[in-house]
Amino acid sequence: MVRVKLWGSLRKFTNGAETVEIDAQNFKQLLDSLANQFPGLQAEIDRGVSMALDGVIYREAWFTPISPESEVVLMPYMEGG
Amino acid sequence: MTNHSSIKRDFKIIGKRLPRPDGIAKVTGEASYGADLHVSGMLHGCILRSPHAHARIMAIDVSDAIALTGVKAVVTSEDFETNLPAKFQDIADNCLARGKVLYDGHAVAAVAAVSKSIAKQALGLIQVEYEVLPHVTDVDAAMLDEAPVLHTGRAQETVPARYSENVTNYIEFGHGDLDAGFASADIVIERTYKTEAAHQGYIEPNACLGTLTPDGRGDLWVCTQGQYMVRENCCKILGLEIGKLRVTASEIGGGFGGKTTTFIEPTALALSRKAGKPVKLVLNREEVLRATGPTVSSSIDVKIGMTNEGRMTAGQAAVRYQGGAFPCGTAKFGAQAAFGCYDLPAVRTEGYGVTTNRPKEAHYRAPGAPPAVYAVESLIDELCLELGLDPLEVRLINAARKGTVASYGPTFNDIGLEAILQKVGEHPHYTAPIEANQARGLACGFWFNFGGDTSVSLSINADGTASVVEGNPDIGGSRASISMMAAEELGISYEKVRTTIADTGSLGFNNVTDGSRVTFAVGLATIKAARAAKAEMCARVAKIWGIDEDAVEWVDGCVKPSGPNAGEFPPMSLVEIAAVSSQTGGPIAGHHEVNVDGAGVGFGVHLADVEVDPETGATKIVRYTAFQDAGKAVHPDYVEGQMQGGAVQGIGWALNEEYVYGTDGKLQNAGFLDYRMPVAFDLPFIDTVILEIPNPGHPYGVRGVGETPIVPPLAAVSNAVSRAAGVRMRSLPMSPPKVLAAISKD
Repeated sequence: MVRVKLWGSLRKFTNGAETVEIDAQNFKQLLDSLANQFPGLQAEIDRGVSMALDGVIYREAWFTPISPESEVVLMPYMEGG
Repeated sequence: MTNHSSIKRDFKIIGKRLPRPDGIAKVTGEASYGADLHVSGMLHGCILRSPHAHARIMAIDVSDAIALTGVKAVVTSEDFETNLPAKFQDIADNCLARGKVLYDGHAVAAVAAVSKSIAKQALGLIQVEYEVLPHVTDVDAAMLDEAPVLHTGRAQETVPARYSENVTNYIEFGHGDLDAGFASADIVIERTYKTEAAHQGYIEPNACLGTLTPDGRGDLWVCTQGQYMVRENCCKILGLEIGKLRVTASEIGGGFGGKTTTFIEPTALALSRKAGKPVKLVLNREEVLRATGPTVSSSIDVKIGMTNEGRMTAGQAAVRYQGGAFPCGTAKFGAQAAFGCYDLPAVRTEGYGVTTNRPKEAHYRAPGAPPAVYAVESLIDELCLELGLDPLEVRLINAARKGTVASYGPTFNDIGLEAILQKVGEHPHYTAPIEANQARGLACGFWFNFGGDTSVSLSINADGTASVVEGNPDIGGSRASISMMAAEELGISYEKVRTTIADTGSLGFNNVTDGSRVTFAVGLATIKAARAAKAEMCARVAKIWGIDEDAVEWVDGCVKPSGPNAGEFPPMSLVEIAAVSSQTGGPIAGHHEVNVDGAGVGFGVHLADVEVDPETGATKIVRYTAFQDAGKAVHPDYVEGQMQGGAVQGIGWALNEEYVYGTDGKLQNAGFLDYRMPVAFDLPFIDTVILEIPNPGHPYGVRGVGETPIVPPLAAVSNAVSRAAGVRMRSLPMSPPKVLAAISKD
């Protein structure tokens, strides 16, 4: 299980939980499990999200491995100018 | 992420100030920009634009225009696909209005004719019947329940129900107990700050030349930050297969984020498809300002609690951004970046994205960060004045460090803010004397940076030169930095490498040139491609010598025997290996395709000395120094150029640049005479200090540097002006009339 921190406006879809526990070994499994467990997150996931894994930002890299002790933070899809 | 634990820091080429490969072509006029291409039989396009800020299109009659001699095609939104995913439908509807015009200057129809003058004449023959609707251009007004609504049903599921449907995006970040944080402060201040929209101000107006045949094959020459992005947008909007459209990026006269989307390219291709001829479309400056995307304008509430010693106990911000006529998510970056520089026990930021009757926002360096950071850095300065604290000391006390939980969620790794602040304190600028009517302002800034999809191909030529092919338009000197990284890795001279920018048919996909990604991500892919080529050369030499591949090694541009049993062989240089490539197995090349991660965040601190004329309210920048962590400055001239350019654009945003709308919703200053950008004589030399704290996500420790420099200047200048004028300025731009009014009122 990995602990995933969500940003504030998503917490209304997780019964107010800031952090949720998800069974996942990589980013793709994490997204699928999040959407399964909390269907309200599906729209945001479909629009695209990033993940900060131990402080490093990943953008839609599905097969990025996640270990149970990692810090996992869901972030909006990153863009630039 | 590959953690490059043994980051290379000992270089032969990296870090030198070498001649830029595009220099001669640009100073001699040989370089080809978007409007420079001419082809036989091409037509000229012109665009009809809305005279109204908001109106329903009741009817469009193009029959008189089509009947005009020399007119070959007229297109409207009817010539585009519909029912597209929202992202693409919004781009299509911005290129040619569908149903409603949403801002002054919104494109309605386009004409292709044998000459520009005939095309312009034909525009006057198009009859458009409008039903004028109420409009709104101010972000706070647009949020109110009674505001005119641009779109219905576009609000995301996170938006609170209490707002107008113009509020389409809402996001919230933070951690800790805000109430407890504010309760533990000795002082709590809350203020509202506003910024106006600024245009990216690129020198080269948008331009393209497109050909599209009835069977769906096309070619497009375009001034853009991303030829693959243009290809995707055009194919979606025109119903084409991606592989059948080839897009070539011209040289680019600036983009700064403004050319990360499409405004005219689908229109040119649609005209070509109808006319059966190539069509060229070139905007003029008025069109660029009225109808391409400036950045957001903003209204921001900030509240900070601080102890008497300068420790921030809690921070809160509500960031309201209008992004023009279509839903805009830029507020999410403002809400993340607002307190990104600080270690706060309790923090909460909210971002609101709001539609208004203005042109669709396009990204501008570090999109969304400058206004939010301006508000936070301004309030910190107000607290410093209130408590009599040194602004640098307060930043040092609160600076984010390794292990800080960022306000947007993750825990920072190796970051350089503290080191930069220490360097600021050691710099002579920080303690230099200040004269009458002058003051010094300081501000920090932050940007995330990212990598993204990247493809690079590298070939070793028979004479020992190397050709690198990459897919990102060179905006800030990437051909030089990529060539330098290839040369460093291969052990050959910089002059032996040429880097070219591929069209979309010649190389795998690449994300847009944005996000400060190119030197970092394309550089990483180039190094990996060069290493693949080196591995192949090692294998070839091992075959020549008849020994195992693991008994050779690459050292300083040569293959040498390695290990006690390898035998005695004279080293073979890259030139010697390349010369026999055909005999040893064929051409030698390396390539690398990857979705790069590990960009590493970027921090910067700016110091601004200004002088405010108390009689006119005019501000003069007296001295300016920008400090930034580059990880490793591959080509220091270009890094300094990025820092100087970002500072100057931020100075313009702070002092003069703004979109001025009349009560009729029309843009009042669509030209460079009235839209006041800083020019050389407005500015002193912008001094720069580069720090190099290695990014573990890059083989050479490189961080992106293009976006961070525009984040601090708004507040650095505002803090200086406020101190010099003796009155706090909370609205940008601080144009002379506004400063004078504030001084007089005070």
